[in-house]
Amino acid sequence: MDAMLHISTLHYLVLGAALFLLGVIGVLTRRNVVIVLMSIELILNAVNLNLVAFSRLWGGLHGQVFAIFVITDAAAEAAVGLGILIAFFRNKETINVDEVNLLKW
Amino acid sequence: MFFLSHIWLIPLLPAFGATLMFFFGRKLQKKTVSAVCVGVIVLAFLMACGAVWQYSDYAHANPEKHGYETTVYTWLGSDTGQLTYTTQAGTSAEFRADAGFLLDPLSSIWLLFVTGVGMLIHIYSTGYMAHEGGYYRFFGYLNLFMFSMLTLILANNYVLMFVGWEGVGLCSYLLIGFYFHRKSASNAANKAFIVNRIGDAGFLLGMFFIAWIFGSLQFTEVTKLARDGAGHFSADTLTYITAATLLLFVGACGKSAQLPLYVWLPDAMEGPTPVSALIHAATMVTAGVYMVARSNALFWLAPKSMTVVAIVGALTAIFAASIGLVQNDIKRVLAYSTVSQLGYMFLALGVGAFAAGVFHVFTHAFFKALLFLGAGSVIHAMSGEQDMRNMGDLAGKIPVTYRTMFIATLAIAGIPGLAGFFSKDEILWKAFQKSPALWAIGFVTALMTALYMFRLVYLTFWSPSRVASHDIEHHIHESPKSMTGPLVVLAFFSITAGYLGVSPSLGGSNYFEKFLEPVFVNKVEATEAPASSPAPSEEGSRGTEYLLMALSVAAAGAGWYMASRAYGNAGKGFSEPIAAAAPPVYNALLNKYYVDEGYDYLFTGRRKLGGVRLGAMGLGEASSWFDANIVDGAVNAAGWMTRLTATISSWWDKWIIDGVGVNGIAYSMLPLSWLSRLFGLGLVQWYALVMTAGLAGFVFYYVYH
Repeated sequence: MDAMLHISTLHYLVLGAALFLLGVIGVLTRRNVVIVLMSIELILNAVNLNLVAFSRLWGGLHGQVFAIFVITDAAAEAAVGLGILIAFFRNKETINVDEVNLLKW
Repeated sequence: MFFLSHIWLIPLLPAFGATLMFFFGRKLQKKTVSAVCVGVIVLAFLMACGAVWQYSDYAHANPEKHGYETTVYTWLGSDTGQLTYTTQAGTSAEFRADAGFLLDPLSSIWLLFVTGVGMLIHIYSTGYMAHEGGYYRFFGYLNLFMFSMLTLILANNYVLMFVGWEGVGLCSYLLIGFYFHRKSASNAANKAFIVNRIGDAGFLLGMFFIAWIFGSLQFTEVTKLARDGAGHFSADTLTYITAATLLLFVGACGKSAQLPLYVWLPDAMEGPTPVSALIHAATMVTAGVYMVARSNALFWLAPKSMTVVAIVGALTAIFAASIGLVQNDIKRVLAYSTVSQLGYMFLALGVGAFAAGVFHVFTHAFFKALLFLGAGSVIHAMSGEQDMRNMGDLAGKIPVTYRTMFIATLAIAGIPGLAGFFSKDEILWKAFQKSPALWAIGFVTALMTALYMFRLVYLTFWSPSRVASHDIEHHIHESPKSMTGPLVVLAFFSITAGYLGVSPSLGGSNYFEKFLEPVFVNKVEATEAPASSPAPSEEGSRGTEYLLMALSVAAAGAGWYMASRAYGNAGKGFSEPIAAAAPPVYNALLNKYYVDEGYDYLFTGRRKLGGVRLGAMGLGEASSWFDANIVDGAVNAAGWMTRLTATISSWWDKWIIDGVGVNGIAYSMLPLSWLSRLFGLGLVQWYALVMTAGLAGFVFYYVYH
């Protein structure tokens, strides 16, 4: 099977970048707060992918270890985020992020 | 000296009569009114005779005194020292005017003829006014007049004399306007008073000057100061004295109807005839002459004023005589005659012949009063007709009136043997000595006097009858005794009064002039006499005097002759010779030289020239137009300008300051701040986008740098 496409580090990076971009676009564009949180997770996971790819490239385990930290951090952050979401919903009865504009001038 | 010490009773008696009439006159019967009012004048006359009689004794006993003087009370002035003022010389003087009386030769002459002629006229009026309404009012005014005139004559200072002066002016107004229902009468009364007032202004100013120069207003004081200081006065003082005397003469012009201010006298004939006789012939109009004679010491110090007096007198004489030649109203002729004769008196005063002037006043009072009363009698007989063109052939029908008037005419014309001859000739002789030109004017006037007086006699008495209606002609009758009695008395005096002043050239000793000598001492000439040229020789001057006398008699005769030629046979529709010879001259004379119309244009402003008033009143109207339109217009314009600027200011404030400045800045904030507003959008995703954009920017910067 040498005629097969060799999956190199570049592919991992491109995928990671694409996932990152999708996540950023989701954060910036989506109206639903839950989707925004999911997009934030996507961004974090894209970063994980980047880290692991570079760990495979350089042969050390630093990238993978950092990825574990990021996953933990993402879990905590998701919990907090959902807590904010619940509080937000209790106040506004809506999960439309456009409605968070009390600080509008 | 009872009459002398009680001399204040003389003016007070008629004042009492006037007061009684004022309060009770309406309720009294005519005969009571007559008894009271005529009675007081008779009493006053008797007292006057007594006073003058006693004065001659007094004067003999006190030769150093210049007349008998008594003060009844202090009228103006006090001893508080508050009324001091500084005189022209720099000394301090106290203002004082007493109710004081002075009886000296001058005032005694006036006193006698005023009370005497006044008494006769009062008696006459009881007959003349017997059928008129307002009887008590007439006599009340007449008595008030006598009171004022006597105050004027007997006053010892200028201020009290001025009181009398104004009083006679007031009574003149009241009496001229006696028939006040007639517009012409009330207009004439107004005219008299107003023109008089103009003269009074001059009198007052003259008085102020005298008080300022001499520090006193008493006659004796002023005369003494003037005579003592003659020759020592500075040129400035003499100028002021000239001014004072000229102003006094203006007052005399007003009262005695001289040239610019004579216009009231002819119109004053609107009053009843006794009024014309008393006031405008014998007494009031002589007040000016009295005042100038009283101030003779001042006039001697001001030769220029005397020249003015003489010239004005002469011009007035000839001017009025010329107008009198053609008048048709019998009283108008006599009025202009009065103005003319007054001119003679002032001519005499002006050339320095004070005694001659006073003598003419004296004789004139008799024959002029007689002429007026006689004219009144004629009018009474003609049932009110006054136009001589409708008279004629009255000699036989009213004999007493005719004879007395004829005597008066002879007197005024200057026919020898009667009063007027002696007095008028004195004046003409003295005028000739000063200036032949003045004599010439007087001579022509004498001719005209004779002419118009005989014209009057011819037209009224001697010419064929031109009486208009048969009723009047049948009604012609002689007047009652109350009217003819005074005529006879006056005629007697018109003949005899002249003999008091027969001049030395005719063999007399001129008692009149001697009597008046203390009053008219001429200190100025006495001090200057040694330096002047020697007087002309006695022989030469006597010859000239006789020549002039003959000329005046010739003039009188010529006047008589001319009148007889022109009017002797004046039948109905007769023509005036002057009208036939020179119609423009006749028109000018008949219309009194259009002087009244001239005054209308110049002063009274009753005539307009194309809608614009002329003269003094026109100036007033122009000034008031100027004030109302231009001055007030400027004020209004200023106000309008203020409102305009206020409007602009408020518009500026509202639209520019507020609109642009304040609100504009506010409105512009909105667009100007969009950039800053972006920071406060409030949208979380927007914040995230900005963060991402910043991050991307940093990345690109580091990658591509």
